[in-house]
Amino acid sequence: MSAVPGEIPAAPQSAAMTARLAYRRSRILREKAIELLLFLAALVSVFTTVGIVYVLIKESVVFFQHVPLLDFLTDTQWTPLFDDAHFGILVLLSGTLTSSLVALSIAIPLGTLIAIYLSEFAPFTVREVAKPFLELLGGVPTIIYGYFALLFVTPLLQWFYPELPGFNLLSAGIVMGIMIIPYVASISEDAMRAVPMSLREGSYAMGATRFQTAVKVVVPAAFSGIAAAYILGISRAVGETMILAVAAGMQPNLTMNPLEPAATITAYIVQVALGDLPHGSIGYQTIFAAGLTLMLVTLAFNIAGHVLRKSFREAY
Amino acid sequence: MAYARDRREIRALIASHKRWDLCFGLLGLLALMVGVLTFVALFVDMAIDGVPRLTLDFFTSFPSRRPAQAGILSAWVGSCLVMLVTAAFAVPLGVAAGVYLEEYAPKNWVTDVIEINITNLAGVPSIVYGLLALGLFVYQFGFGQSILSAGLTLALLILPVVIVATREAIRAIPQGIREGAYALGGTQWQVCRDHIIPYSSAGILTGVIIGMARAIGETAPVITIGALTFIAFLPPAPLKPELPFVSFDWVMSPFSVMPIQMFNWTSRPEAAFHQNAAAAGFVLVLMTLAMNGLAIWLRYRLRKNIKW
Amino acid sequence: MAAISLAPTFDTRPLDSKSAVPKAEARKLNFFYGSFRALKDLDLTVHENCVTALIGPSGCGKSTFLRCFNRMHDLYPGNRYECEIRLFPDDTNLLAPGVDPIEVRMRLSMVFQKPNPFPKSIFENVAYGLRVRGERSRRALEDKVEDALRGAALWDEVKNRLQDLAFNLSGGQQQRLCIARALATDPEILLFDEPTSALDPIATASIEELITDLKKKVTILIVTHNMQQAARVSDFTAYMYLGELIEFGLTDQLFIKPKNKQTEDYITGRFG
Repeated sequence: MSAVPGEIPAAPQSAAMTARLAYRRSRILREKAIELLLFLAALVSVFTTVGIVYVLIKESVVFFQHVPLLDFLTDTQWTPLFDDAHFGILVLLSGTLTSSLVALSIAIPLGTLIAIYLSEFAPFTVREVAKPFLELLGGVPTIIYGYFALLFVTPLLQWFYPELPGFNLLSAGIVMGIMIIPYVASISEDAMRAVPMSLREGSYAMGATRFQTAVKVVVPAAFSGIAAAYILGISRAVGETMILAVAAGMQPNLTMNPLEPAATITAYIVQVALGDLPHGSIGYQTIFAAGLTLMLVTLAFNIAGHVLRKSFREAY
Repeated sequence: MAYARDRREIRALIASHKRWDLCFGLLGLLALMVGVLTFVALFVDMAIDGVPRLTLDFFTSFPSRRPAQAGILSAWVGSCLVMLVTAAFAVPLGVAAGVYLEEYAPKNWVTDVIEINITNLAGVPSIVYGLLALGLFVYQFGFGQSILSAGLTLALLILPVVIVATREAIRAIPQGIREGAYALGGTQWQVCRDHIIPYSSAGILTGVIIGMARAIGETAPVITIGALTFIAFLPPAPLKPELPFVSFDWVMSPFSVMPIQMFNWTSRPEAAFHQNAAAAGFVLVLMTLAMNGLAIWLRYRLRKNIKW
Repeated sequence: MAAISLAPTFDTRPLDSKSAVPKAEARKLNFFYGSFRALKDLDLTVHENCVTALIGPSGCGKSTFLRCFNRMHDLYPGNRYECEIRLFPDDTNLLAPGVDPIEVRMRLSMVFQKPNPFPKSIFENVAYGLRVRGERSRRALEDKVEDALRGAALWDEVKNRLQDLAFNLSGGQQQRLCIARALATDPEILLFDEPTSALDPIATASIEELITDLKKKVTILIVTHNMQQAARVSDFTAYMYLGELIEFGLTDQLFIKPKNKQTEDYITGRFG
């Protein structure tokens, strides 16, 4: 019993009360433990990024102790496994760049065209069939595209141009471009569908046709989403591995000519991994240095895409 | 052209605009056809070369130096086992992360960092995951060039897909249902376990299927960690005749997977091996198409059935 | 019968119905959304250089009727018109299957409920209709844009920032920009679909003043859910209910001495 006036007297604790309080305490503990577990699961993504950064930098640091950074960036040969070893990343970058340019020159125009067509022109049935189809197209494993590039597209191109070498950047680039079309098309189309109907009605009410409305009103309104789609396409092209490993050959070659074979950064890493390189050798470290370069390039594009989206975010 | 004033000029102007409309509609259709034609050519080409090769022997033989005797046994068994490990890690981690981000996460910088990471990881080339696995799983953690390393790598690769699918499925649940559950005295975890996760399970399943379809076709990261391209043995069986009846030795075993087998055969100059590659590719394409098709169908059914 | 306070702030000189010239006429207009009959046998005359208002409770079909005039329903599948809307002086049936909806939309302009400026500069927004009609000359565009902006009482506020994005304007300014955009092409009828329902009272008042001004130059057909606005601004009013035209006449007459009991019930607020 409490002696202080005004204070609620404490009830004597019954057995049921004690049990309930103990249950409450354990329940709170259990809830906290579960929340912690879920939080750790969410943290896995952070660990992955940290892991990637750690692994790439750890091996690259060792690599750059043997190879000066300037040489790495400016040497025009890439022959890491020869006695007279050269480590010019430009060679691999040229392969990546050339193949990506070929791919994007196909993916961006066709992807945008398809997106505008599906969003503004196509009747309902066409759109309902085309969208899942595009998804299926984008889900085909890249090794299959690689096979297709080497054993179908290259012979086809050689029919027009017999001097085309069996391994070349052109076939690989073309097939890569077709593979990227679904990504560009579906993200652009989502961006265009998000443009409110009232904007379109405003344009139609002025006597504009579908084409005029699409090009003068809808596309500018969806610009940030479309730009994001393009950036994603670029990222995808730069990071693609198997199509190039199979169809472009794995011979490092400093060239911007798509009619030649060349190795990209990604194909080189595959080539090394296929062989037997002892852990800790300079050859082993080159793939991490190459991988670091690749990461930095894709990161730059991802950041550019993010900045673009933020600055052009249209508030609807 | 001067400002069209009278009826005739307006009609001519509109007619010329409509020609643009028609042109563009045709162009769009043509662009779609490029995709359709590629797909058809790809499929038919592989079918023509590969289907004759699809005999029972093909599925039950190991790879061999003689193309006529080579088969995909080790490859498809390896694929199945790797997929098992991938799913075992990706599904719990992905769903848990998705539930945390949608139901528990406070709006602070930690959550922002996590979300930025997930978006970023979706854009990382798959071969970089291979490098991560090589440095970390194979050597640092000592898992070696095993099914475990491959499964973990692919799980990390498809984690963003599963997380995003989980989040979107959870977001579709109306707030009223949550409030009803809380009002009955449920704790946060009880509401998640009994309501949120079951109601979003179809959407989560769709995302998991799409993720697995991607994982099954991934070659680059698996090559990088050192999957063998020519193995003439199977990993140890998971079931043993004596105690404790279940073995996990297979998890640490070397292995191969379907896309690597196809890559290996494609890289050989002999046309006979190309035929094998076509057959393996045909099987692989059928598998991915079936999985993607299933996911698309599921999503379509979801949209029709659930009327909140 | 209760009299409602009209409090006319603007000049709504009552017109003698004999001196009003018809600009457009709906004859026995029926409209179907699929199989649902949304408009039933509408007969209505829109008079030249007058403001005609359509009032009625939600769902009565006034916006549906308005959108028949510039064939907006053609944008969506499954809609069907029956009978005619005739536009004078050339007596064309706007709804005839042989008449191109794009041509109709070049002759009539519309201002929407929620301001919908394009993601372009102020200048380009107003010039859009002119460009669609083939105007290329920079001089002509600038002149017409200025006229339109003056007509919409927006010129003074934006003349120094014509290249600014239209999104940066306030709600009332955006709506006046949409009005300028609609005016720039010299429409034969200006259609307003509840133009002030998304605006604050001050912006609303300025737009009502604008409408009263504009009618000297252009015929106006306005849909409004606000009876008092119709009373303030229009010369003729039509009361619609459930897709039918219940009563149509001079605004003053309809509000002070409605001929139909249903109209009276609505106006006096017996149902909303």
